[in-house]
Amino acid sequence: MTLDKELLREMYYRMRRIRRFEETAEELYKRGTVVGLLHLYIGEEAVATGACLALNDDDYITSTHRGHGHLIAKGGDAKRLLAELCGRATGYCQGKGGSMHAADLSLGVLGANGVVGGGFGIATGAALSAKKRNSGQVAVCFFGDGAANQGIFMEVMNMAALWKLPVIYVCENNHFGEYTRFDEATVTSQPIGARAAAFGLPTAQVDGNDVVAVYEAAKEAVDRARTGEGPGFIEARTYRLRGHHMGDVGFSHRYRTQEELDAHWQEEPAGRFRTWLLENKILSEPEIEEIEARVEAEMQEAIDFVNRSPVPDLSELTEHIYA
Amino acid sequence: MPETRELTICEAIREALAEELNRDPAVFLMGEDIGRAGGVFKVTEGLQDEFGKDRVMDTPISEAGIAGLGVGAAMTGMRPVVEIMFSDLLTLAMDQVVNQAAKMHYMTGGQARVPLVIRTTLGAGRGAAAQHSQSLQAWMAHVPGLKVVLPSTPYDAKGLLKSAIRDDNPVIFFEDKMSYGVKAPVPGSEYTIPLGVADVKRAGDAVTLVATSSMVQVALGAADILAEEGISAEVVDPRTLKPLDKDTILESVKKTERAVVIDEGYLSYGVTAEIAAIIADEAFDYLDAPVKRIGGIDVPIPMATALELATIPSEEQVVETVKGLFRRRY
Repeated sequence: MTLDKELLREMYYRMRRIRRFEETAEELYKRGTVVGLLHLYIGEEAVATGACLALNDDDYITSTHRGHGHLIAKGGDAKRLLAELCGRATGYCQGKGGSMHAADLSLGVLGANGVVGGGFGIATGAALSAKKRNSGQVAVCFFGDGAANQGIFMEVMNMAALWKLPVIYVCENNHFGEYTRFDEATVTSQPIGARAAAFGLPTAQVDGNDVVAVYEAAKEAVDRARTGEGPGFIEARTYRLRGHHMGDVGFSHRYRTQEELDAHWQEEPAGRFRTWLLENKILSEPEIEEIEARVEAEMQEAIDFVNRSPVPDLSELTEHIYA
Repeated sequence: MPETRELTICEAIREALAEELNRDPAVFLMGEDIGRAGGVFKVTEGLQDEFGKDRVMDTPISEAGIAGLGVGAAMTGMRPVVEIMFSDLLTLAMDQVVNQAAKMHYMTGGQARVPLVIRTTLGAGRGAAAQHSQSLQAWMAHVPGLKVVLPSTPYDAKGLLKSAIRDDNPVIFFEDKMSYGVKAPVPGSEYTIPLGVADVKRAGDAVTLVATSSMVQVALGAADILAEEGISAEVVDPRTLKPLDKDTILESVKKTERAVVIDEGYLSYGVTAEIAAIIADEAFDYLDAPVKRIGGIDVPIPMATALELATIPSEEQVVETVKGLFRRRY
C-alpha cells in the first residue's frame, strides 16, 4: 500500500500529539494539578493512531483505562481532555469522569472505561446498532492483553461472528496486565488471535510500534466490516514504557529490568516513525519541526485552558444521575 | 375506542412490547429463547412472527454479553429491551448494569444516554431452588442511575413498561413469575403510567401495608381477613422503587399511624428496610407503633415445597403482624 504524504504527516502529528499530551499530563500529575488515577499511553501511540486513521468521523470506538491516546487519535480536543484529567468544569465530562471515563460522543468516542474489558459489550452493541440502523458505521474496540482474559470477550466475539457485526477488536498487547507480565498471566503457546480465529474472525498480528502496519491492518478489517463481511481481530504488539499508573513508581523493577525497558525505548513508535519519515525523504526536517511546534503550542494552550478553568460547582454533584 | 378487556399480566406485557415495537423503529427485543420459543414464560409469544428476527432476537446464553450489547446499542440510537430470564442471572451481568449502564450518563457529564430496559423476573414458589427464585430488586435499587419498576397488576405492567421503554435511562423491570396469570381489566386504548407514582390498591384507615410486586396480592388477601376482624388496612403499591413515591406512602402512614412493609426480597438490608427507615424518619411523630417489616427469609431458597413456602411472606404472617400492632400498647 502506498500511502499519501498527507496521511503520513497526519500520522506523525497524531502520535506526537498523544506523546506530548501524556508527558504534559505526567508533569501536571507530579505538580498535583492532574488528580486521580493516571494511566499513560506512552509507547503505544502507533496503535490508536493507525487504527483511528482507518475510521470515519462518525465511526465508534471504545477505549480503556489507558484511554487518552484513543480519544486524541480519534480527533479529540486536548484542552477539554486535559481539563477533564484535572477535574475542571470545562472538561469533556465536566470533571465527573476523569481520565478513566473521558468520552466524546460527538466523535463516536463511547468512553474510556475503568473496568478492564469494559468496552467489549459497548463496542459490540454499537456495531449491532449500526447494523440495525443500516448506517454504514463500524466500531473499534480497543483493549489490552489483560482484558483478553475476561470472559465477556468470548461472549461478544461469538455474538459478533454469529450476527456478522461491523466491529473490530484491536488488542493492544503492551506486555503487561497491570503489574503482571503478559506471559505469566496468559497462555502464549497460541497467540491471542487464536481465540478470535476460533469464532471465525479474520485475524492479524502486527508490529504495534509500526503505525503504517497498524493502519494497513485496520483499513483491511474496517473495509471488510463496512461492507457487511463481519467482525475482525487485530493484535498489535507494543510495549508499555511507563508503569501501570503514575502511582506505581516503586513497582516497575519487580516486573521488568532496566535493560528490558531501555531496549524497548529504542523501538518507541513516535521516534521510530520520525526517523523513517526523514530517511525516506517523505517529510523534511523543517516540516517535522513545524508539526512539533504546532503540538507544543497546543499543549501550552491546553495548560493555559486548565489554568483558567473553574472546578465544578457543588450544584453539579447531583446533575446527570438521570437523563 | 377499543374496549377494556381482561388480560393477564403476561398478555399485558406482550401487548406493551408489541405496541412499542410498532410505535418506534428504534425499539428491539433481545434475550434467551424469546423469539422462536416465545420466552420461557411465554411473554414474547408470537412477537418474532409479527416483527421478524431482527427486532425480536434470540441470543446465546451470555447474560453479560446481552446486557453489554444492550448498553452499546442504547448509547448509539437504539432502545433495546433485553430479557434476563431470572433476576438471579442478573448477577452475571452486574458489571454491565451497575458499572456501565447506570453510570454512563453521569460519568460522561451528560453526554451519553442509555435508554435500556432490562426485563427480568423475581419470586419464589415454583420449586426452582436457590438460583432461580430470588427477588434481587434491592440490589438494583441500591445503585444510583438505575430505575427500578415492579408492577403487580396487568394494568400497571402495561402502562409502566411503555413508560420504561420511552425513558432515556436504564430501567430494570421486574416481573413476578408467579403472577403472570393474574387477570384484570386493561383499557384497549393507549395509556402510560409515569414512573415514580405509587398506587393505593385498597383504601383503609387503621394500618398501611406497603407492598411490592408479588406481595401486593398477599397484602390484599391479608386486608380482606383483617377487614373481617374490624381492622381497615390501606394497601399502597409503590410500583417503582426508583424513583420512589415517598409522598403517597407517607401520606397514608400519617393517616393510619401504623405501617407494615412487605417485599419478597431478603429481609436483611432490603427494600423493606429502606421504606421502613423513610417512614420512621419522616413520619415518626404520627406513628402509634413501630414500623414492621416482612421479607423473604434470609436463606438460600430451598427446593422442597414445604421449606420453600416458608421463605415467602404469607397472608397469615401479615395478619399476625398487623394484629400485633394493635395488641400491644406502645
